[in-house]
Amino acid sequence: MTQLPGIKREKEMAEEVMKAREFWRWPETNWVNLDIDWKKGKVITAGVDVGSVSTQAVIMVDGEFFAYGNTRTGSDSPTSAQKGMGFGLAKTDMKIENMDYCIGTGYGRVNVPMAQQFITEISCHARGANFMYGPEVRTVMDMGGQDCKAIHVDDRGKVLNFMMNDKCAAGTGRGMEVFADLIGVPVWEIGTRSFKIQKEPPRISSTCVVFAKSEVVGLLESGMPENDIIAAYCSAMAHRILELLNRLGVKEKFVITGGIAKNEGVVKRLEKELSIKTAERVWSKKEYMDRGYPFDTQLAGAIGAALFGNVLLKMGKAKSARKA
Amino acid sequence: MIANYGFKDGSGDWYVTIDTDKCNGCGKCSEVCPAKVLGVGPDEIDIFGEKPVAFVKHEERKKIKYSCAPCRPGYGVEPAPCVAICEPQAITHSEGWKLQFGFR
Amino acid sequence: MIVVGIDVGGKNLHIVVKKGGQILAKATGPTGIKKAEAAEQLYDEVLNKAGLTRKDVERVVATGSSAKRVAFASGAIPDAAADARGVTKLVPSARTVIDVGAEEGRAIKVSPEGKVLDFATNDKCAAGTGTFVEAMSRALEVSLDEMSEITFQSTQTLSTNAQCAVFGESEVVSLIHQKTPKPDIARAVMNAVAGRVASIARIVGLEKDVVVVGGMAKNAGFVDSLKKNIDMNLVVPEDPDYIGALGAAEAALTGAMTEQVDAKILGKEPSQRGKVNCF
Repeated sequence: MTQLPGIKREKEMAEEVMKAREFWRWPETNWVNLDIDWKKGKVITAGVDVGSVSTQAVIMVDGEFFAYGNTRTGSDSPTSAQKGMGFGLAKTDMKIENMDYCIGTGYGRVNVPMAQQFITEISCHARGANFMYGPEVRTVMDMGGQDCKAIHVDDRGKVLNFMMNDKCAAGTGRGMEVFADLIGVPVWEIGTRSFKIQKEPPRISSTCVVFAKSEVVGLLESGMPENDIIAAYCSAMAHRILELLNRLGVKEKFVITGGIAKNEGVVKRLEKELSIKTAERVWSKKEYMDRGYPFDTQLAGAIGAALFGNVLLKMGKAKSARKA
Repeated sequence: MIANYGFKDGSGDWYVTIDTDKCNGCGKCSEVCPAKVLGVGPDEIDIFGEKPVAFVKHEERKKIKYSCAPCRPGYGVEPAPCVAICEPQAITHSEGWKLQFGFR
Repeated sequence: MIVVGIDVGGKNLHIVVKKGGQILAKATGPTGIKKAEAAEQLYDEVLNKAGLTRKDVERVVATGSSAKRVAFASGAIPDAAADARGVTKLVPSARTVIDVGAEEGRAIKVSPEGKVLDFATNDKCAAGTGTFVEAMSRALEVSLDEMSEITFQSTQTLSTNAQCAVFGESEVVSLIHQKTPKPDIARAVMNAVAGRVASIARIVGLEKDVVVVGGMAKNAGFVDSLKKNIDMNLVVPEDPDYIGALGAAEAALTGAMTEQVDAKILGKEPSQRGKVNCF
């Protein structure tokens, strides 16, 4: 895995990916809210979500979205957390010492060195989805790098019911990356290409990614057009997620968070099978939408974590760790 | 809160479900489980929850298919020990074991 | 009477040609993508080896995951039945059969007469199968044979977390980055698969003699890990990957063209197989 020096912009990244043939790489992004002067803020909290594949850091000032960094997880969680946080703070002069509370979350037992507390990603995703999409959200489907989970939430973002799978690669980002690598198509092009077909082909029949790979090889050898195979795979993944959701039941407003939410090929097919449309990927808060703040579905966990920080401080269940 | 611990893969649905609203944190299920997959402690998911609840230990969640199989949950002559001993009936199993390993 | 047993597995085909109690010829080859054609080709090949033509063969019974692709078969029997017949023929003292192939792992309780008394399978997930070991061997950049050999050179026990072939591969890669000795990784992989297979076997009960068959039975490292896990002696017959085909040939000899396994196993109701055949 070659390490690209620095953080490149999307187009440059795409070119390098094609050259290096690393079709599973997606662009890393960060942003700062220029409408907020953080030095005037009273409570600064942060959430760092170290996932198996991607790491996000979100900083909130008085409960408002201030900055974020979205990077690829590195070799271990402390390094990834630091990289994510560094990237998130890159466009501002804020330092970690200025923060009141930082909460770590993520896949498995992660070590987030700058966090004062750890809260499970299930709770953080629920709260984050509630903040991003609004109190009408009732079902959250998070499709992460190495796991997928379905959560029922109430209007305050509290978890009512959840089901997770982090054992099997099917239905996870990794499952899609393996496929993208196999056919040599960048992960972020999969969605659009899956619709450049004449007729919807039958889906890949194997659930298991390893067995699905053999099926794909067979289809490639039989001469099936690449886009059709992409469609078949997206269809299979959508069906797999449907199976998971059906156990829990889907209540609207239904949202999908995580990386695969950006894959229209899977999302549209899932919506079709469910006969339910996922909520539009726009901020619930009108000012955020109007001001064009970036809406990245992968941020739900880190946003939720930062919000928990806020709540815990308010309730007096946490002490400020601010040093400067 | 309904917590489903386990996984779903090509071979089926393998979940141990604990209803934390019903669970009284007595810990008997954890004691009788022959595979020692259950624990009792603070609610990880509802961090504002006051009472301890039962859960499937983190390291056991991905292997639950094999851990629960000997107890024949859902299809044995008797209910699984954890299910039998739970007074509020807070613990149940998904159908994976019944479907994959057959009626007994 | 000359009969043929053919086992169309997920990865490999096996064919056995028998005349009464004697094996005239056998052959194996990859199943590949075009399963029906591969079967036809191998059939002609093995008949050639035996100096026979298709007309000389009285009956052909097929088994294996793609048994129905065999156009020239007169009948088909389930894998469990084929294993049961094949094993009890070679090992009359067998009471438990563990068959680990490329795509499925199964455990069967057999009667001395070669009937299936009970069975449990691990299918549609690569984790408890030969595919898992193969994927890890690729990550380790060794051949399967090498991987089996180096298993015995392991000096420390590692525990692995991944329960999936895809995640397992990443885990192996990161272990290699951490400079973990390859023999230890190989042993850990064998232990992981053996553990899963053993769990399935315990569902039917481990009664001796326990016979291990299928492609993975040829992997000494795996068999060793399995033996240590269940703490019992294991019998591995010669050419363990041919057992399915052998059992099918036996069925052909006795005229059992299709065999219903499971209809009344110990007075139980028929087991419903999970309908999770979707992604």
